[in-house]
Amino acid sequence: MMAPAAPSVRRRRRPNFAVYVYPVVTVAVLFVVWELLARAGYFPRYILPAPTGIAARFVQFKGLIARELLVTMEETLVGFALSVVFGIPLAMALCASRTFNCAVYPLLIGSQVVPKVALAPLFLLWFGFGLTSKALIVFLVAFFPIVVDTIVGLSSTEPGKLYVARAAGATPLQLFWRVRLPNALPAIFGGMKVAITLAVVGAIVGDFIAAESGIGRLLLSANGNMDTELLFAAILALIAAGIVLFLLMEAVEKLALPWHISQRRDGSGAAP
Amino acid sequence: MSKEYDTGDGVIRALDGVSLDLDDGEFLSIVGPSGCGKSTLMLIAAGLVPATSGTVTIGVTPVSRPVTNAGIAFQDATLYEWRRVLENVLLPVEIQRRDLKPFRRRARELLAMVGMADFERKYPFQLSGGMRQRVALCRALIHDPPLLLMDEPFGALDALSREQLNLELQDLWQQNRKTVLLITHSIQEAVFLSDRVAVMSPRPGRIAEIVAIDLPRPRTFDLIEAPEFGRYSRRIREVFASWGVFARGPERQAPARAR
Repeated sequence: MMAPAAPSVRRRRRPNFAVYVYPVVTVAVLFVVWELLARAGYFPRYILPAPTGIAARFVQFKGLIARELLVTMEETLVGFALSVVFGIPLAMALCASRTFNCAVYPLLIGSQVVPKVALAPLFLLWFGFGLTSKALIVFLVAFFPIVVDTIVGLSSTEPGKLYVARAAGATPLQLFWRVRLPNALPAIFGGMKVAITLAVVGAIVGDFIAAESGIGRLLLSANGNMDTELLFAAILALIAAGIVLFLLMEAVEKLALPWHISQRRDGSGAAP
Repeated sequence: MSKEYDTGDGVIRALDGVSLDLDDGEFLSIVGPSGCGKSTLMLIAAGLVPATSGTVTIGVTPVSRPVTNAGIAFQDATLYEWRRVLENVLLPVEIQRRDLKPFRRRARELLAMVGMADFERKYPFQLSGGMRQRVALCRALIHDPPLLLMDEPFGALDALSREQLNLELQDLWQQNRKTVLLITHSIQEAVFLSDRVAVMSPRPGRIAEIVAIDLPRPRTFDLIEAPEFGRYSRRIREVFASWGVFARGPERQAPARAR
């Protein structure tokens, strides 16, 4: 990086495998205790099925689970994309225009204080049982943190950074694209990370209300059949998918913000 | 020229009847106690903050919008964390939509002058405080502005880096002869670098006295021991003392000469 003759700086990091070993051990212990508890015979199978039973049911129904999970993920991603595409410009407009802010902000708060579950039936009524209504439910749940965090990011630019650009003659548009927006990116990504986890919740709510496809519907029918093993199998698949989505989001963040404090590998940031 | 701030619970008069002329190619420092409005004065001079009354003129043009050809530096380096060193230095050129090519060379020359040649690909977080300030200085100079405005540019640095950068700044200035307005609270820094030092009173800030520094250049730090240097420093301290800046306890309430 610097002069080639300089001695290479050895980065002192704790062994990397700890990052993988610790959670695996924790989960393994949890499953063993669970298995023992389930086999001890205190609980009927429809209350607490054994992990081995759940695994067997997962293998048996893996095609069905995968199909329904795919539906739910599609709802999640389309709704999340809508949240980003509309949420960020909405936040920009709220920051740019005082009039727009005054006119729209109360509406925005109103849309968030009402429980989204209460609005879901209305969406189904308007847009039918397909992807549209469920993606809109996801949007309703997920766009708010993106808007709020983008506003925080855009309005927290240090005055000095703006002075430097203005002293060189920057136009308001230049100030926005070259200073405010890049300065807001870490906050925007923070909002998107919250939003992606909420998006999964929104998709399941949509599945529940529409009760026609998706992991949510599978959960309902497994529950109705007292097939608790399938219920658990579907939940675990959903957890895995949610984690994958979050990690993907973090990977994108890492690529987009190599300069940010949370991405530094020297332990000064928050990232593990 | 004066400046008032409405803080929400009462108006604060930050500057009161300040009048200051900068000669072309002159190095002028403003020293003053904290809160005397010297930073505000610089922002007004740059057209970044409007004055409540009075005008700022550069040449004969009144300044109402930001001066588009000023270089500016603050105590906090205010580098853009998302840009590498070279991109940070080139910012003013980019904003002025000028051809980047020749300026890229100039940027490298400036960085080399302050010993930062090997760091152009680094991000600000990979630099020390002194290095960041050097980059900020290069950024202030890149578009060759006739006017350089600096507000405590070395205030956050350790004493040694500060003296090094004082020397580097003197070199840069001697080669380019820009008009410089330096805000500082270090009497030594002001005397060392300036042609004239404007001493400000406590709030509401006024120019209490202007001290011309008649010392040969290039100045070195041996000069600080010299009796002339001491005389100038003492003169500035006397002005502060007469305004009660060094007073302690109850004396502070009744400064010898306030208002």
